Amino acid sequence: MKKLLIALMTTTAAMSLAVTAEAADKFKACWVYTGPIGDFGYSYQHDQGRLEVEKALGDKVETAYLENVSEGPDADRAFERLAREGCKLIFGTSFGFMDPEVKVAKKFPKVMFEHATGYKTGDNLGIYNARFYEGRYVLGQIAAKESKAGVAGYIVSFPIPEVVMGINSFMLGAQSINPNFKAKIVWVNSWFDPGKEADAAKALFDQGADIIVQHTDSTAALQVAEERGLHGFGQSSDMIKFAPKAQLTSLTDDWGPYYISRVQAALDGTWKPGNVWLGIKDGAVKLAPFTNMPDDVKAMAEATTKKIADGWNPFTGPIAKQDGTPWLKDGEVADDGTLLGMNFYVKGVDDKLPQ
Amino acid sequence: MMRLELVKRPQRSMLFSALSPFLAFGLTIIAGAIMFALLGVNPLSAFRIYFIEPISQVWQLHELAIKAAPLILIAVGLSVCYKANIWNIGAEGQFILGAIVGSMIPVLFPEFEGPLVLPLMLLFGMVGGAAYAAIPALLKTRFGTNEILTSLMLVYVAQLFLDWLVRGPWRDPQGHGFPQTVQFNDSAILPELMPDAGRANWGFVFALVAAVAIWILMSRMLKGFEVRVLGSSPRAGRFAGFGLNRMVFFAFLLSGALAGLAGISEVSGAIGQLQPVISPGYGFTAIIVAFLGRLNPLGIVAAGLVLALTYLGGEAVQSALGISDKVARVFQGMLLFFVLGCDTLIHYRIRLIGLAAPKLEAAPKLKEAR
Amino acid sequence: MDITVNILLTIATAATPLLIAAIGELVVERSGVLNLGVEGMMIMGAVGGFGAGYLTGSPWIGLLAAVAMGAVFSLLFAVMTLSLATNQVATGLSLTLLGLGLSGMMGTSFVGQPGERLPNLDIPGLTSIPVIGRLLFGQDPIFYISIALTAAVMWFLFKTRTGLTLRSIGDSHTSAHALGIKVIRYRYLAVIFGGACAGLAGGHLSLVYTPQWVENMAAGRGWIALALVVFASWRPWRVLAGAYIFGAVWIGQLHAQAFGIPVPSQLLSSLPYLATVVVLVLISRNKRLTMMNTPASLGQPFVPDR
Repeated sequence: MKKLLIALMTTTAAMSLAVTAEAADKFKACWVYTGPIGDFGYSYQHDQGRLEVEKALGDKVETAYLENVSEGPDADRAFERLAREGCKLIFGTSFGFMDPEVKVAKKFPKVMFEHATGYKTGDNLGIYNARFYEGRYVLGQIAAKESKAGVAGYIVSFPIPEVVMGINSFMLGAQSINPNFKAKIVWVNSWFDPGKEADAAKALFDQGADIIVQHTDSTAALQVAEERGLHGFGQSSDMIKFAPKAQLTSLTDDWGPYYISRVQAALDGTWKPGNVWLGIKDGAVKLAPFTNMPDDVKAMAEATTKKIADGWNPFTGPIAKQDGTPWLKDGEVADDGTLLGMNFYVKGVDDKLPQ
Repeated sequence: MMRLELVKRPQRSMLFSALSPFLAFGLTIIAGAIMFALLGVNPLSAFRIYFIEPISQVWQLHELAIKAAPLILIAVGLSVCYKANIWNIGAEGQFILGAIVGSMIPVLFPEFEGPLVLPLMLLFGMVGGAAYAAIPALLKTRFGTNEILTSLMLVYVAQLFLDWLVRGPWRDPQGHGFPQTVQFNDSAILPELMPDAGRANWGFVFALVAAVAIWILMSRMLKGFEVRVLGSSPRAGRFAGFGLNRMVFFAFLLSGALAGLAGISEVSGAIGQLQPVISPGYGFTAIIVAFLGRLNPLGIVAAGLVLALTYLGGEAVQSALGISDKVARVFQGMLLFFVLGCDTLIHYRIRLIGLAAPKLEAAPKLKEAR
Repeated sequence: MDITVNILLTIATAATPLLIAAIGELVVERSGVLNLGVEGMMIMGAVGGFGAGYLTGSPWIGLLAAVAMGAVFSLLFAVMTLSLATNQVATGLSLTLLGLGLSGMMGTSFVGQPGERLPNLDIPGLTSIPVIGRLLFGQDPIFYISIALTAAVMWFLFKTRTGLTLRSIGDSHTSAHALGIKVIRYRYLAVIFGGACAGLAGGHLSLVYTPQWVENMAAGRGWIALALVVFASWRPWRVLAGAYIFGAVWIGQLHAQAFGIPVPSQLLSSLPYLATVVVLVLISRNKRLTMMNTPASLGQPFVPDR
């Protein structure tokens, strides 16, 4: 067995040397995505960020990516491959890549690693995330203004902190306008199944909601809103093309500026592992143009967006938990750790968190 | 229209047994070259990166072993089933149940450490896989239920059960609410073979041992003879005093146990905890591996390595040449079709029947049937 | 009242692709062939339908393209398993693998583009009748096709000579062959019909259900269709009932959630499969019923010897 391996290696070594030599000159930045870049959602947006890097930094960098990498041993291999193929800076874009990335980062101390949405860091491993909840607060306010029924339908994937945080922020925003505002919540147990999302949207509309919010990636729910002549919010990318009359705004991720700054820092030799949680002010969380709403609502949404960009946190007390026990005192701001591990609803959410 | 006609050979052709993999590979290379050329990629460099680079570096050989191990382990078990004409296609579910039952120890008793942990886990894994495989076996023997369908349906049940476990009762309380169990303690981790060189773990050794053991069983022992007789002719088997029901259980329990072993090896070796998804479809891919290896355990080892190579190669061309992951999958699909097709030549001669004679009678009937 | 109608319409939309794909597979399995590539053929139909509709601007051309795409793709399976006698299980699985890759490749430029939607039926005077108007005269065209298809397949299988022949092939290809029936030819046509149906089901996804293209958008519906055929014990009207029961359970649980009733969703999601196993056991216990319905030579390759 061993002899065979050695024989194979020697016969092929020359050929593979040629391959690795070609690529050594430029700075190579690489990405690992958990979904296909054709999902028009989360992975797609990260890949748009990669393309922005290529555009902004031109011939100084070269990029590569691996898509559809499942979380598990395949992820270890993906990071190891990129590290060995000369990537100097590697972005892992899914929570499930955390442990594989930690392992591989230890093995390649000279390579810079960044991991999105996780919480473990290292000497050469930084973490980054986006404060989507900031945008969701604005969505909540718009929903409360625009909904005639006072009820929004909320389509969600899985009960993880990111999602729970979003529901809470949305409800805080909505109830700041209309204290009696309600959201009907439906868990579809999938990040991506357009059919299921469309079904959920229909069910929610049928039960009296007249605005749809989603924490899933496809455009299906908005298309249903368009058909029914009702309204909703997009997610991940601007979906106005799919619902020109229904989309109020879309909560989009724009990773480009962050990726450009990090690759630039790496080029300049100033890269350090960070722990950043980007928000509206950094341009990572963006709201697509406010459409299909009266001017006063638009003005309100813009004002709130600006307030958040200027540093105000939607999770500022007084806020009580769902059962009425106090959580944040007047003026107290939630710390990031609590938010990142959020597994409870705030007061006003009319749902039971699935366990 | 031309028509293909198969003529059964009196015995399997030794020539094509040996030749067919190469023929299939050649056809794949030709078709692949056309595809790459159409995509504007130099086929030569694509093939070099696809097939040669992954086996030219030690770390990649380790990765190859990691990827191939579960495929081989599951496929050798399935080969016994299929030889016996018993159709277990639910290995994916047995893999998952093996992983779950094996993980009971580190998840429920995280303080339990020592040299006993790992052997117990592996044993539990095999029991879990075998027990889950026993369901379709029981249904088939008791009620005559079609095992292809029951075993397939149970896959989805297993996937959802795992999903429920890691999101609910088994979720790591310190895991920031994310759906995964605690990380296994060190004594519950399947060790790596050569930690300095790469990540390959004992799972690959299990796979090789299983392949050799099944090969001996099938070619040197009475049980193997029994499997083959019952597989080719249940009636003859009955006259020889072999019990079909016993065979159903034997084949299902054996393949289930091996799939379960693969599952727990994967979780304890390569992942280190349970997650909602622990297999990128190993149980289904292994079915293809079993057929690529012509249901021969040693052939399966080769087939498992080749299929693992196509995965690694696909990633290599993706990162090196920017060829999309879809292209790699299409390429893999082509390879499978060519291999399956070429293996037909072992048992059959193919005759092409020209236009003249059959056309007259075929054409009107075709219309009618539509 | 309106909400009931809406719920029924939602159920119909969810059930239609399952029904069509399952009806197609039913005919395939009745002929004794097991094609596990439904998911792959469906996704090919979805990309073909979306692409043709998007490029030509006509969803009707999209519809035809979806059917054609499924049929052509199934031909690959037919050549392999029928002409070359490869193993059906392995070939079907490979077909799904290939379909997922190929559709992703073909659809790259369609991502993020809104597609054409097939318009709902609108008959002046009839569609506006309260309650039954929209149910009977206001749905998408593929809904009507699915019902007609079910009826046609019922009639074909049990009322025509050709249908009888097809079933006899599924029960015993060797005796059918001995009677001089062209087994392979029948099976070719059955497989292509199944492919066309799966393609149509995929077209429903990308032209009606959610008019868009995204990779992997069939999201496992092909596998549910396979389960349905068994659940229905190879009877067309039971496939219809099964598809609507599955649809109703799924939509019902969404409504229960929206209503504030917590639902153990994993258990519900596994119900179709558990129910199928239970049904299988039940029909297997009743030997007479089994003999009547289950194609006895399902999955076995056939090579005519001469």
